[in-house]
Amino acid sequence: MLSVRDIQVGYNGSGLVLKNLGFSLEAGEVLAILGPNGVGKTTLLRCINAMIRPRAGSVTIEKTDVFSLRSDQIARRLGYVAQNNEAGRMTTFDAVLLGRKPHMGWKVSHEDLHKVSAALHQLGLDHLALRDINAMSGGELQKVCIARALVQEPRVLLLDEPTSSLDLKNQIEILGTVRRVVKEHRLAAVMTMHDLNLALRFVDRFVFIKQGEVFAWGRPEEINAEMVAAVYGVQVDILRHAGQVVVVPNGRDSDR
Amino acid sequence: MSHLNHGHIPSGYTAYVGRKVSFVAGLALLGALLLVMAVSLGAVRVPADQVVRALAGLETDPRFQIIIRSIRLPHALAALLAGAGLAAAGAAMQSILRNPLGSPFTLGLSQAGAFGAAFAVMLLDAGTMQSTAVGAVTIANPYLTTLAAFAACMATSLVIIAIARLRGATPEVMVLSGVALGSLFSAGTMFLQYFADDVQLAAMVFWTFGDVGRAGWREVGFMAVAVALGLAYFIANRWNYNAIDAGDETARSLGVRVERVRMLGMIVASLITAIIVSFLGVIGFVGLICPHIVRRLIGDDHRFVMPAAGLSGAVLLLASDTVARLILAPHVLPVAVLTAFLGAPTFLYLLIRGRVR
Repeated sequence: MLSVRDIQVGYNGSGLVLKNLGFSLEAGEVLAILGPNGVGKTTLLRCINAMIRPRAGSVTIEKTDVFSLRSDQIARRLGYVAQNNEAGRMTTFDAVLLGRKPHMGWKVSHEDLHKVSAALHQLGLDHLALRDINAMSGGELQKVCIARALVQEPRVLLLDEPTSSLDLKNQIEILGTVRRVVKEHRLAAVMTMHDLNLALRFVDRFVFIKQGEVFAWGRPEEINAEMVAAVYGVQVDILRHAGQVVVVPNGRDSDR
Repeated sequence: MSHLNHGHIPSGYTAYVGRKVSFVAGLALLGALLLVMAVSLGAVRVPADQVVRALAGLETDPRFQIIIRSIRLPHALAALLAGAGLAAAGAAMQSILRNPLGSPFTLGLSQAGAFGAAFAVMLLDAGTMQSTAVGAVTIANPYLTTLAAFAACMATSLVIIAIARLRGATPEVMVLSGVALGSLFSAGTMFLQYFADDVQLAAMVFWTFGDVGRAGWREVGFMAVAVALGLAYFIANRWNYNAIDAGDETARSLGVRVERVRMLGMIVASLITAIIVSFLGVIGFVGLICPHIVRRLIGDDHRFVMPAAGLSGAVLLLASDTVARLILAPHVLPVAVLTAFLGAPTFLYLLIRGRVR
């Protein structure tokens, strides 16, 4: 479904942020991009979404090169949920309707309205349809943004730290929602994340990025303490609890 | 994605959209009523039915014909068009610059216009300005002043756009460039005023009092074309502005070419403003305050904000101008004096009452 090959990205006057980075993703899969701050996770998402052009490499969705498409064509294939979302005085319904922009003609069609209603229903937002989004909690707003990306009818969802600044309940709810819609709609999703335990619980695969390159990848059960230590410089223990993999810092590298 | 095909539109949503459309239609109706009233009121009272007949292109009483056709109607239409143009340009600037202070005045365009006019009066020998206000002196070369003001406005916006292209079209770069250029042109105008003689100084100061009475049919025609095209452009971009409101990254991911929308929006807004300012002088606060009032009343959705801002600007400026004509009769106040008196307290009230975007 999504294939990222040998991507090289650098900003003006600096060296490469991403070096020969690549991975692929099948329909129905959720991938977590993991790594320390400043390693280029957000840059990678922006590159997949063609907001940044790489110096070399390719990104294809269902065998179509993303960089050969117009911006509205990209928006029909890729839905992006940014880390910082701003909320003006607009109802949930209209905020989600904005996601139909890449499909819209001069007028909003009945089909657009029906799709928005269906997305709100799927994300459990029906009762908030006419509420202004600037009066919403962080978790509700994040769901609105996911609904907006869903009505774009994309093949791939990109989410930049979707759980940052959310409480535990909302973190679990949002990631559960993402996983559910990806499976139901047979999409693929790429999320950048900081919380290893949340990532391991909700994704099908993970990729660790270190110094702009893929350092390690695998399924959640394949993670090991050496990978984490090499990427984050922190000693951890990997525990198994109720069928889940849990990463626990063991404190051996701290000053305590 | 067939999963999204069977949603039921919430029953309240249709009513909600209906309320917004009614608000816009109500403003249009108010504008039409005010137009009849504005043409009717004055030193000679013209019966409303005569005004309606004139507006419909029917035969009118010859006693009123010249008052309506040659004096009051171009005056009222100039107020309607200038108000609509300035408010729509302000709404677009606030949106694309993501700054609540976006307006022709804060971006230095008005100051540039004033400098251009002062330059024409002092160095190009354009003479003095015409006005319906008392004490106006006749004019040597009105079009030279207008052209110089227009050139200065456009030069300012081109410099802002050039800097934005150089440094990336971020709202901060554009707003701060506008503020810096505004100060520069104010200093330039002061410099010219310092060396001007009494008559030139009077003409320069007089020009800055924005006055819709300066417009004849030709100016009204120019403004009508510019405002209609500009408003149509802003309305066509309503979803782009909504997307930019959600954040630049989100907008890009929805297929909006953010920098391009920002640049073109600035060019169109500057062009409308430059035409209005060069014909009528500086009319402050309409461009700043009307979009804020409208957003408070109907929210931030540009499908409704754009037409409502334009209509509210038209209503506000026409009402202000009618009051300005009548309040000290037989003296006629330039409308800009009244809009500044009304605008500043209203803006402070909006700030104190709460949210101003």
